[in-house]
Amino acid sequence: MDKRFVYVDNSATTRISEPVLEAMMPYLTGGYGNASSIYSLGMDSARAILKSRETVAKALGAKTNEIYFTSGGSESDNWAIKCAADAMAPKGKKHLITTVFEHHAVLHTAQYLEKHGFEVTYIPVDEMGLVNPADIEKAIRPDTFLVSVMFANNEIGTIQPIAEIGKICREKKVWFHTDAVQAVGNVPINVAEMNIDLLSLSGHKIHAPKGVGALYMRTGINLPNLIHGGAQERSKRAGTENVASIVGLAKAIELATADIPAKQQRLSKIRNRIINELLKIPESRLNGDPVKRLCGNVNISFRGIEGESLLLSLDLAGIFASSGSACTSGSLDPSHVLLAIGLPHSTAHGSLRITLGEDNTEEDADYIIETVPKTVEKLRAMSPLWERILRDEDIDAE
Amino acid sequence: MIYSEKVMEHFANPRNVGEIENADGVGEVGNAKCGDIMKMYLKIDGGIITDVKFKTFGCGAAVATSSMATELIKGKPVEDALKLTNKAVVEALDGLPTVKLHCSVLAEQAIKAALTDYYKRQGIDPEPIVGKVPDREASCGI
Ligand SMILES: Cc1ncc(COP(=O)(O)O)c(C=O)c1O
Repeated sequence: MDKRFVYVDNSATTRISEPVLEAMMPYLTGGYGNASSIYSLGMDSARAILKSRETVAKALGAKTNEIYFTSGGSESDNWAIKCAADAMAPKGKKHLITTVFEHHAVLHTAQYLEKHGFEVTYIPVDEMGLVNPADIEKAIRPDTFLVSVMFANNEIGTIQPIAEIGKICREKKVWFHTDAVQAVGNVPINVAEMNIDLLSLSGHKIHAPKGVGALYMRTGINLPNLIHGGAQERSKRAGTENVASIVGLAKAIELATADIPAKQQRLSKIRNRIINELLKIPESRLNGDPVKRLCGNVNISFRGIEGESLLLSLDLAGIFASSGSACTSGSLDPSHVLLAIGLPHSTAHGSLRITLGEDNTEEDADYIIETVPKTVEKLRAMSPLWERILRDEDIDAE
Repeated sequence: MIYSEKVMEHFANPRNVGEIENADGVGEVGNAKCGDIMKMYLKIDGGIITDVKFKTFGCGAAVATSSMATELIKGKPVEDALKLTNKAVVEALDGLPTVKLHCSVLAEQAIKAALTDYYKRQGIDPEPIVGKVPDREASCGI
């Protein structure tokens, strides 16, 4: 088979789709007015932002005024968590509940708060990568100011029981934030029905540009600013609006949520085929729940090989994927998510994440199914660790 | 993170991969927990390294540094191999990202571990010649 271009890292980022770019173009060219200006060129921008806000709100089952545009998922997470802490600390509420397997935008923010006198409870996840709502309920205290649980995990794709957690938090009168960056467009979301108080989302995971996102803040919650300055975003988030990107985000979310069941059906079929075929490779395992997972997420560990080498080899074959190995995490430890579901370090190092998106086809799956086993075999042939696994040595005892 | 073309070339076409039957010295460094293991095989004849092979479990830089290190010592006197530094390996690869420098240290140690084994087999105390090679349980990212 010829070398191909198979991009299967859609949880890392996505390309800007044609309709999104088309919607943005007027604001990248002639429509450059500052939305705060009073003349028509400015008002056109202000109108585009308002319309975008309505679109995003509708996609989430929220009210228009509950949506604030930000620079992306990381900013939304920081805003929700740091500023909920700011708002509640004077009332003596200085306890945050989150989970061990959040994105670093949440985890590192929680760790920052710990350094500043807050207490954080990190709820564990089970070996399937799921949070038990009863654990959240038990952890809630009179001084808990926020519960933050991600909607869907970015590495292993597990989808959390968000509505159940939302119900518990509402009953206990604790604010509930969810990082829905990976869930938007893949799972139906209704913030009102799910009792979500704060929700983060990001544009570049759904075919909008990088550097744009939103925070949903339920009416009645009035977080202080993360970014101070001008009166943009009803004085809640300063900075001259990135009109084109906001318009792109709105178009992207409209398209991404138009027919989620159809997307789920198409992609989960491709996903399951890849999972079933790759699990035929000896000494491999699926990471994360097989059913409660994002329709495009495959995460498999191959013992005896290391993830970055696997990615570089796949890259040479034209496949773009990711891994949770230490080599790729930029730290000395493999992914905290894979360790949280109980994988030994050596197995976590050999993980491969394939995340399918709108553009992927059955032919891409064919190519992956043909290429990955050969690549794993090649790397195992040169791996001294694989020799030891074949000899049945306990490689994790070291 | 960016790898040099040289690193990618060695990763894509690693030199001297494999094992040597009846090797005169075999050394293994690194461990599974840290995610890098290198195993070196040396054939030594009259003080010359006549053949060298390696097997590596690890990231792209680990494969490339093993490959480059074997190239740098193949056909050379043992004394030259003893002097091989991780810096020389990095330079030969046109540099490595800072987070990957430990891979080059591992390559240097793998050769030293194989030479240690070589001297031991000769009944010679390797430590005064080779120095001390950290054992496998050493902490990650040395
Ligand atoms: C779950 C999750 N949260 C937050 C982020 C950060 O989003 P952004 O890149 O827009 O800052 C990401 C993406 O990397 C993510 O996957």
